[in-house]
Amino acid sequence: MTTRTTTARPLSRQATATRAKAGNDAGTGHRGNRAAWLVVAVVVLAVACAASLAIGARGMSLGTVWQALTAFNPDDGNHAVVHTRIPRTVLGLVAGAALGLAGAAMQGVSRNPLADPGIMGVNAGAALAVVTGIYLFGISGASGYIWLAFIGAGTAAVVVYLIAAMGREGATPVKLALAGAALSAGLYSLMNVILVSSQDTLDRFRFWQVGGIAGSDWSVILSGLPFLSAGALIVLGSARTLNGLALGDDVARGLGQNVALARGVTSLGIVLLCGSATALAGPIGFVGLVVPHAVRFFTGPDYRWILPFSMVLAPALLLASDVVGRVVLLPSEVPAGIMTAIVGAPVFVWLVRRGKGASL
Amino acid sequence: MAQLSARGLTLQYEQRRVVERLSTTIPEGKVTMIVGANACGKSTLLRGLSRLLKPSAGVVTLDGKDIHSRPARELARTLGLLPQHPIAPDCITVRELVGRGRYPHQGFFRSWRTGDQSEHDLAVERALEATSTLELAGRNVDELSGGQRQRVWIAMALAQETDVLLLDEPTTYLDLAHQVEVLDLITDLNRRRGTTVAIVLHDLNLAARYADHVIAMKSGTIVGEGPASQIFTEDLVGDVFGLESRVVADPLSGTPLILPIGRHHTATPSTPVELEFAS
Ligand SMILES: Nc1ncnc2c1ncn2[C@@H]1O[C@H](COP(=O)(O)OP(=O)(O)OP(=O)(O)O)[C@@H](O)[C@H]1O
Ligand SMILES: [Mg+2]
Repeated sequence: MTTRTTTARPLSRQATATRAKAGNDAGTGHRGNRAAWLVVAVVVLAVACAASLAIGARGMSLGTVWQALTAFNPDDGNHAVVHTRIPRTVLGLVAGAALGLAGAAMQGVSRNPLADPGIMGVNAGAALAVVTGIYLFGISGASGYIWLAFIGAGTAAVVVYLIAAMGREGATPVKLALAGAALSAGLYSLMNVILVSSQDTLDRFRFWQVGGIAGSDWSVILSGLPFLSAGALIVLGSARTLNGLALGDDVARGLGQNVALARGVTSLGIVLLCGSATALAGPIGFVGLVVPHAVRFFTGPDYRWILPFSMVLAPALLLASDVVGRVVLLPSEVPAGIMTAIVGAPVFVWLVRRGKGASL
Repeated sequence: MAQLSARGLTLQYEQRRVVERLSTTIPEGKVTMIVGANACGKSTLLRGLSRLLKPSAGVVTLDGKDIHSRPARELARTLGLLPQHPIAPDCITVRELVGRGRYPHQGFFRSWRTGDQSEHDLAVERALEATSTLELAGRNVDELSGGQRQRVWIAMALAQETDVLLLDEPTTYLDLAHQVEVLDLITDLNRRRGTTVAIVLHDLNLAARYADHVIAMKSGTIVGEGPASQIFTEDLVGDVFGLESRVVADPLSGTPLILPIGRHHTATPSTPVELEFAS
């Protein structure tokens, strides 16, 4: 009776055609200019990078930083200092971008505003796996850590989900967060047992432990890059799927999405991102929680914008935390992971208290 | 062509069997009303018909082909569903939400291009207009009243522009005027575009008035199927709802009008009701 041609026939084309233009951008408010805001975000990130190169125990002027980058003079001590900060900055960039993307995608996949690689136990899983690898098999170096981290991150994600899914109403946001926190606590105490009993492991683990991006070098970063890129591509490609999932599983299926496949693929991307970020920089919490929420203020609930914004602003937050950590307790350094927790914990409390746990 | 049929359909959640060996056809190009008591399996049937629930036995076919054998997106361009309790994400605007109804029609990269958007924008606009939600387009869905929200969800389902539309209680939360408006709108859609519609509805009188075809369900099976005038009898209402009633002709439409008989405020059913304060 009906055919594809009648399907497209409008109910009343004349009336709508004229209004379609006028009404198009009405009401999106501050979201109207998302592209412009994205440019602003990139500028913020550039500032954070510059700060990361310039600020530290030995401060540099931006002019010196610029010279060191464009006309490097090996005999200039300042230039050398700037150059030692480059890998650290690049690591902050890639780890931050990975955590931001992973956090936003986790929130989308689980429809859970409290989701974060730190809170959901994924980072703890990766960390314990790395420590176990160092302890039992004497593995060292980022290329070894990274596979351990994937295994740990993936296992933790599955375990947290299974624990939270027990019981009648399934994996609700709060149950997921509780299961993640409980598992994190358990995994970290296991990790500490290993560290306390083995001085050697502790030594190798120290720099990596609480989320520091200091002491990194190019080989570390390069070994993680393929996995980070793959994870980022998968997650960025899931934006539309996440938009569908946000409407609930039934509506998403009704719109023609394969919900289980979408969750599986996106989760694979998340594990790649979290695993490699943790292997490279150690467990860093809260960046993936705070940034996507802040970003929603500019983007609204559209993951096609939330993901790129998070990818740009999360490294800005991580670099800023790292920079503050360098100078706040001179002459010693506070690792970036501790600084992000100081910023992130209050936001987490606010999100829980807001009580909108169920809808995202 | 859009004929949706179920044959020997059994639907269950884990161990709980809800729909048992059910066979039916949603008549093509007609408005079908599905009625039945709470928890009798109406929503479950709609979920089974729209591939949200995999049957544990039997098949659902659309134009003769098993819906589970068709690509999901292609199916979503032909068959649309509005569930009973859809979830709106925080801070989504009405226009964005309705726009997501276009997803099955948009390719992966197409969604980023602006050039091809006009047809999608028009479809969204038509859906907003048809549900009188155009003036809400820029508002956040969170801040709407229950009835406004309901109309926005209907708009999303309309924007999908499918040949078959399944609606689960689309008039809950709506005031009487808006209930009638929604049912009129669905009838328009059916008459102008030949859309096949199946609606779960609790208001039997409106169901009787707007139905071309009625399916009455009781504990997961169909106990009556046919035109409203044959289905809505005092016996059937008693059987399906366990409710005594009188059925008279609706003076406006001639369709059955079901007058429930409760324990209070009803004169004995056999005597004609007289308004005591009339004279
Ligand atoms: N997700 C689920 N898991 C387990 N059981 C379910 C689920 N959804 C529904 N049921 C059960 O299936 C039965 C039928 O539910 P269904 O939602 O189909 O009823 P309904 O006819 O739509 O009722 P109502 O008029 O109240 O909407 C009920 O007993 C219900 O408890
Ligand atoms: Mg129902």
